Amino acid sequence: MPPETDTKTSSADAAKPPKSKFTADRGWPGSFEGETVTRRSFMTGVALTAGGVASMMFALPALGFALGPLFEKTNHISLLDVGPVDEFPADTFVPQVVTTTAGIGEVGKTLVYIRKNDNPTPEQSWPFVAISNRCAHLGCPVRYIEAAKSFICPCHGGTYNFEGEVTGGPPVRPLDRFETYVQNGRVMLGARFSVNSQLERVPTRDPGEHVDGVWQVLYPPRPTT
Amino acid sequence: MPPKLSNPLKKNVSDLPKPPMPPLPPSLRPNPKPGPKEEVTVGEAAAAGGTSVVAWIDERTSGSGFLRGFLFRKVPKGTNWWYTLGSATMFAFIAQAFTGVFLAMYYTPSPTEAYESMRHVNNDVFLGEFVHGMHKWGATVMTVLVFVHMARTFVFGAYKYPRELNWIVGVLLLMMTMMMGFTGYLLPFDQRSFWATVVGVNLNGTGPIIGPYLADFLRAGSDFTATTLSRFYAIHMMLVPGLIGALIGAHLYLVAKLGTSAPPWKKADLPTSDEKRV
Repeated sequence: MPPETDTKTSSADAAKPPKSKFTADRGWPGSFEGETVTRRSFMTGVALTAGGVASMMFALPALGFALGPLFEKTNHISLLDVGPVDEFPADTFVPQVVTTTAGIGEVGKTLVYIRKNDNPTPEQSWPFVAISNRCAHLGCPVRYIEAAKSFICPCHGGTYNFEGEVTGGPPVRPLDRFETYVQNGRVMLGARFSVNSQLERVPTRDPGEHVDGVWQVLYPPRPTT
Repeated sequence: MPPKLSNPLKKNVSDLPKPPMPPLPPSLRPNPKPGPKEEVTVGEAAAAGGTSVVAWIDERTSGSGFLRGFLFRKVPKGTNWWYTLGSATMFAFIAQAFTGVFLAMYYTPSPTEAYESMRHVNNDVFLGEFVHGMHKWGATVMTVLVFVHMARTFVFGAYKYPRELNWIVGVLLLMMTMMMGFTGYLLPFDQRSFWATVVGVNLNGTGPIIGPYLADFLRAGSDFTATTLSRFYAIHMMLVPGLIGALIGAHLYLVAKLGTSAPPWKKADLPTSDEKRV
């Protein structure tokens, strides 16, 4: 807005007259008695509103379509059978390949290291310890090395102990786990969950996301997990 | 120096020396100014008007005037080979778009068929491996050229007033190029593609607050699913190329509008003693 110059008012008064809401008082061409909104500005508003409504009618659904998966509930398929109970000793891990997402071939499979839980704690009372091979740094596949009783990640050298707790390298939290159940003498895997440094269960998060202390505020879990 | 000009800011356009006519083909040269009117028949007028296809299009679009201004711009003294990097980058992008279209004719964005379709391109299709190779190595060429072009702009100080906005557009183009590289890397769908994308998506997830949502958006959910590959494919071949094309248009418009800058070692022609410095 340029400084007040009185060029728009018809009166040549030097004193600042209050701007009238009537177009007639402002001396606009084509104005008439009692008019406050010109036809031109009214039609401009109508056209912009109609255009905006029409744009939103396709933009909002398309945006929701693209962003919807963020808020979708992760549907865990029914329990996964990984074998008879006596196949899994307590002193070492047995690897089992499970299909977590059906219909997409190799990509939908993941590896789970399973052993009997011989020392159930209040935090981890599952009958079996099922540790995901997805590294908590950036998601590479870790491998259990029997001689070192450790999980080792080939990408950036993250190492984890027998409980899946970080012993070295860049990972920010222990390895994820799966719920385990026993049905008819067979070990069944349930949903994946993350654990914090005390091995307490926390909502599932992606690799690389902290779950301890103030850090966990910066990495909100998925709203529906 | 024309001595009659005392203040360089008060030049009239008509006083300036006329630039030489660019080497245009005869059909695009502007017609000479009409002389005194003569009586001509309709047939003579039509014959004089020219009937070539180029002239027909030019009369309806005024394209030659635009092209003269766009292609035959004045460039500062000292313009050298370093000034060709932007065009080289654009050429790399065009090559990527061209080869990408033909790869898309064979590619199947499905987790169970993608690898097989690229194996088919590489092993069975005539020149398939060659076109795939051009697209793959061309991506690296384009990324390198973007960075060298950016370094040239920075080192020459060509980002300074009034070209800051063009620098900003260029940074957006850099980000788009990175997105093309990231989304395109998954498409061959071999072990390297898959695990690199797993790591890349999880890297996005490590950003505070919005990181987890960004990772979910890229994957279309909490896990790598059938949608993930087609989502990367759509971003790679529709969303980002369109944005790059539009941004290149803006980038080129600003280059033509503002002109290029002289290299920093070129000194401006200083005014002589009888000219007033302003």
